[in-house]
Amino acid sequence: MQDAFVRAAERWPRDGVPRNPGAWIVATARNRAIDRIRREQTLARKTELLARAEGLPDDEETTIPDERLELIFACCHPALAAEAQVALTLSLVGGLTTPEIARAFLVPEPTLAQRLVRAKRKIREAGIPLRVPPEHLLPERLQVVLATIYLVFNAGYGPPVRRDLCGEAIRLAAVLATLMPDEAEVHGLHALLLLQDARRDARVSRAGELVLLADQDRALWDVDEIEQGRRALDRALVLRLPGPHQLQAAIASLHFEEETDWQEIALLYGRLVELAPSPVVELNRAVAVSMADGPAAGLELISAITGLEDYYLFHSTRADLLRQLGQPSATEYARAIALAPSEVERAFLRRRQDLLASEP
Amino acid sequence: MQYMLLIYGSGDWQELSPEQQKEIGAAYFAFSEELQASGKMVAGDALQDTSTATSVRVRDGETLTTDGPFAETKEVLGGYYLIDVETLDEALEWAAKIPGAAYGTIEVRPIVTDYEALTA
Repeated sequence: MQDAFVRAAERWPRDGVPRNPGAWIVATARNRAIDRIRREQTLARKTELLARAEGLPDDEETTIPDERLELIFACCHPALAAEAQVALTLSLVGGLTTPEIARAFLVPEPTLAQRLVRAKRKIREAGIPLRVPPEHLLPERLQVVLATIYLVFNAGYGPPVRRDLCGEAIRLAAVLATLMPDEAEVHGLHALLLLQDARRDARVSRAGELVLLADQDRALWDVDEIEQGRRALDRALVLRLPGPHQLQAAIASLHFEEETDWQEIALLYGRLVELAPSPVVELNRAVAVSMADGPAAGLELISAITGLEDYYLFHSTRADLLRQLGQPSATEYARAIALAPSEVERAFLRRRQDLLASEP
Repeated sequence: MQYMLLIYGSGDWQELSPEQQKEIGAAYFAFSEELQASGKMVAGDALQDTSTATSVRVRDGETLTTDGPFAETKEVLGGYYLIDVETLDEALEWAAKIPGAAYGTIEVRPIVTDYEALTA
């Protein structure tokens, strides 16, 4: 498996690491500082939490890396419940509304609202510090922060696409990578977000419809962002500490190749299932295996997955594979459409279903 | 900010061997010294066993006095430290150093400072 990982890495174009990646990232962060401060003033009015940030020094040099990084570490403090950490980050750092976060979490709005109120009160009243944790606490706090930044990105990835959220997540990942250059998974996350974002314009049509990877117009892929993502992945791989974000970035990078190597992708997913087991990862692995070894092999893997009964992609994937095998799939499509989170996705599934109806 | 570190444990101090009592006692003595030397300690005490506890309730003007602690729980309050530190992180680090954290639970509770909010 390790070999597959290294082989995949070697296949990517190597223009070398930028002369000074740290400086590049800091420069990017600095360029956006003014904009950031303006936005932070708006945020500060909204939240009592940021009122505390006003007590921080104004000197721009000392505020780089960034106050929002400090805020995100406060939001991801282990004294807060895990579900509150993510919700709070999306609310205070990502600027999402309560209904949006409730939708992302599949929880009722009042539950989420109460969760946010409680968490904010605890930050304020229990004295959770608004700062980047000292070095001896940093590694244990990092895992939650990475997961949270990824969720912020996902909330923006849509559809509907919210570029501000995706950009925010990428920027946070970049700043984090500057702060923690020895953490392979931070570079891995940064790479993953850049590589996914590079397909942003290609994956939703002008009419707002979802476009499958295979049908995407390659001219709409952001070549610069792909390059940035692959360089970030290189920075991760030289540290030789494989992790879930790096594996996902490696998979995303392989998807940009002219000929998709599904065998390789299925192998990487296999490793990902070992490192970060989850039913959604198993579903993705099943898709990759179906592309590599045929729909029957994919369907066999899917039938072993439990816990995704309410996930629309589980049912739509099953439906697609059943259709490819010439078996009835109408019930699965109907279930997927009923569970789909937005009109764009429902429209996409209906088009697929119509395609099925028009076939002999 | 002041935090109360409440030390919960199984509470059967009397059932420990004299050697164990001596060992734990020494560990607490060392911890208290360190905390005092840092200047962060406000107060701290060990409580006598729950067998010495008495609970008092006043209902309808009548005082009810009963033997034993208020609630029958597995973990009982055995002692406390009151500390004055900058952040919750610092309080949590002190809590983790309390000898009882290795076998019981330390509950970290911030002290109310804004009494106007409570009476408003």
